[in-house]
Amino acid sequence: MSFDVMQSRPSFPRRLLGFVEANGQEAIILAAIILLFVVVGVVNPRFLGNSNLTSIFSGNAYIAVAAIGMALVIISGNIDVSVGSLIGVLATIAGTLAVNGYPIIVCWLAPLAVGVAINAFVGFLVAYVRIPSIVVTLGMLSVLKGGLISATAGAWINNLPPEFMLAQFRPFGVPAPIYFMVTLTLLAALWMRYSGFGRTIYAIGGNPDAARVTGIRIERSIVCVFMIHGFFAGIAAVLFATQLQVIQSTVPPNLELTVITAAVVGGVSILGGTGTVIGSTLAAILFAAIGSALIFTNVSAYWLRAVQGLFILATVLADMARRRRLR
Amino acid sequence: MTIRSFLRHETILLLLLVIALIVLAQQSDRFFTTDNLLNQARLMAEVGLLALPMTFVIVTGGIDLSVGSIFGLAAILLGVFWHGLGLPLPLAMALAVLVGGIAGLGNGLIITRFNVPPLIATLATLALYRGLAEGISQARSVRGYPEWFFVLGQGEVLGLPTQLWFLLAIAIAAAIVLGLTTFGRTTYAIGANEVAARFSGLNVARTKLLIYTGSGLVAGLAAVIFVSRVSTTRSDMGTGLELDVITAVVLGGTSIFGGRGTIIGTLLGLILMQALKSGLALGGVKGDGTIVVIGVVLIAAILLGNLLSRNGDG
Repeated sequence: MSFDVMQSRPSFPRRLLGFVEANGQEAIILAAIILLFVVVGVVNPRFLGNSNLTSIFSGNAYIAVAAIGMALVIISGNIDVSVGSLIGVLATIAGTLAVNGYPIIVCWLAPLAVGVAINAFVGFLVAYVRIPSIVVTLGMLSVLKGGLISATAGAWINNLPPEFMLAQFRPFGVPAPIYFMVTLTLLAALWMRYSGFGRTIYAIGGNPDAARVTGIRIERSIVCVFMIHGFFAGIAAVLFATQLQVIQSTVPPNLELTVITAAVVGGVSILGGTGTVIGSTLAAILFAAIGSALIFTNVSAYWLRAVQGLFILATVLADMARRRRLR
Repeated sequence: MTIRSFLRHETILLLLLVIALIVLAQQSDRFFTTDNLLNQARLMAEVGLLALPMTFVIVTGGIDLSVGSIFGLAAILLGVFWHGLGLPLPLAMALAVLVGGIAGLGNGLIITRFNVPPLIATLATLALYRGLAEGISQARSVRGYPEWFFVLGQGEVLGLPTQLWFLLAIAIAAAIVLGLTTFGRTTYAIGANEVAARFSGLNVARTKLLIYTGSGLVAGLAAVIFVSRVSTTRSDMGTGLELDVITAVVLGGTSIFGGRGTIIGTLLGLILMQALKSGLALGGVKGDGTIVVIGVVLIAAILLGNLLSRNGDG
């Protein structure tokens, strides 16, 4: 490298990349969210109306919560394509218990317990039986989805008791799901950064062999990661089940892709080992905002999934390029 | 040694298949009629077509989750080219297959040029291609295809369903390529040890590029056949198809970790799965119950494969 190249001002793309590396993907997504709100707000001021903001943040908080668990799974070097079906099943369990008069606390906690149990099994198959997580969760997806539809025939659950509707509570005027989203994201972020187990997850995803040599019990840790993921899926399911007056006992379409997209675009490297849950939550908000923005700018919402696909692809390609430069 | 273990897996499959067929024949006297068997063959043609290139993909140690979406995209574009743009139907059909090929090429380029793991690349394009299909079609379906078009999916040639000829032709070609050519040996070598394959001077990138492109092309062809079979196009066509395809391949003895698998095995896996499906249907299990069983079969097949191969190693 010659001296005047060192002296010259770096090109714009290079400075942008430098900014990304210094501030992380989170800053970019935050900037994208603000930009989106400003631009769409100018085009159609109703986009910034109270009811729309509530629906963006509160209505999609469950996706952000599920994305936290997904981020952990991906950071550990695995994937879960069954989370949408799992949330559908858990939401139906919560609703069914609620209409049958079980105590509300049971209705809220049962999905968490079932989510942890199901994912403990998934984690067991991945870690101890050594079936790749994509195959286990692909199989699980169809088992849960098919099982749910066979069991319920897609019937709607009505007449949910009002005290069950957790997502409709508004302490201090702010919808409850927003509290959940913010609190869980911050707790998980701190826990991932400072706890021993949090660092373990990064170590496993970064380099499993090195992790094993340092004495980390990889199998047990992976089962734990999946169980935690199941726990977050349970919370997401309760938020999802309680936000409307009915629960349609089917699997919310494309939910797993939305959750994976949030985690990946939020900066969780798909090769494992890096990423934060703050990024995944911001990305979940960004996607909710994009979906809403499409409607407010009269672009057909049918393009939403193409936009999602492009975002995942762009993020993954940028991640690969960054890794190549670092090597 | 390996030949023997291949034979063993395929013998087990064949035995299972015979048992399944006997049970099915017991359940219903309508099962073992020529009409029903040919109809079953018709129903499994699309999954069968997709399972052939998927065998190559999985043998290289990769996976293609986007085949269902490519299938949907090609189906929608067939309708758009013909109905929307007013192109002659044969041209629209060719273009739809071509679109499948381009979509597959896109996968291949992402995987080989940017070193993105196939799982992630095709998960992203699963969303992207399905999204394009939804965006382009705006959830409108296209109907009213001319009568001759239905020959492909509903007609017969020489007493066999038309699409069965496609399946047979491509299966034989795939078996020859995978089993008897340098290309096939390269495919196995990549799956067994990609780095070693590269250092042996094999063109890993080109092989993978061709395989993923082939997967897309065949998905396009399967989509055209499917549209002809069901006489309409919709953007949600082929949703979840990757599950059936991957299950058939894995059931057929192809190792999900790459390096091992045969076309014969895939065909046996495919037939076994179709027998299972039709058995469930005869037993009164609806479509949603069937996918539960398929999911369990997928996991169980790999579980067994893991156990068997561990025994083989030790």
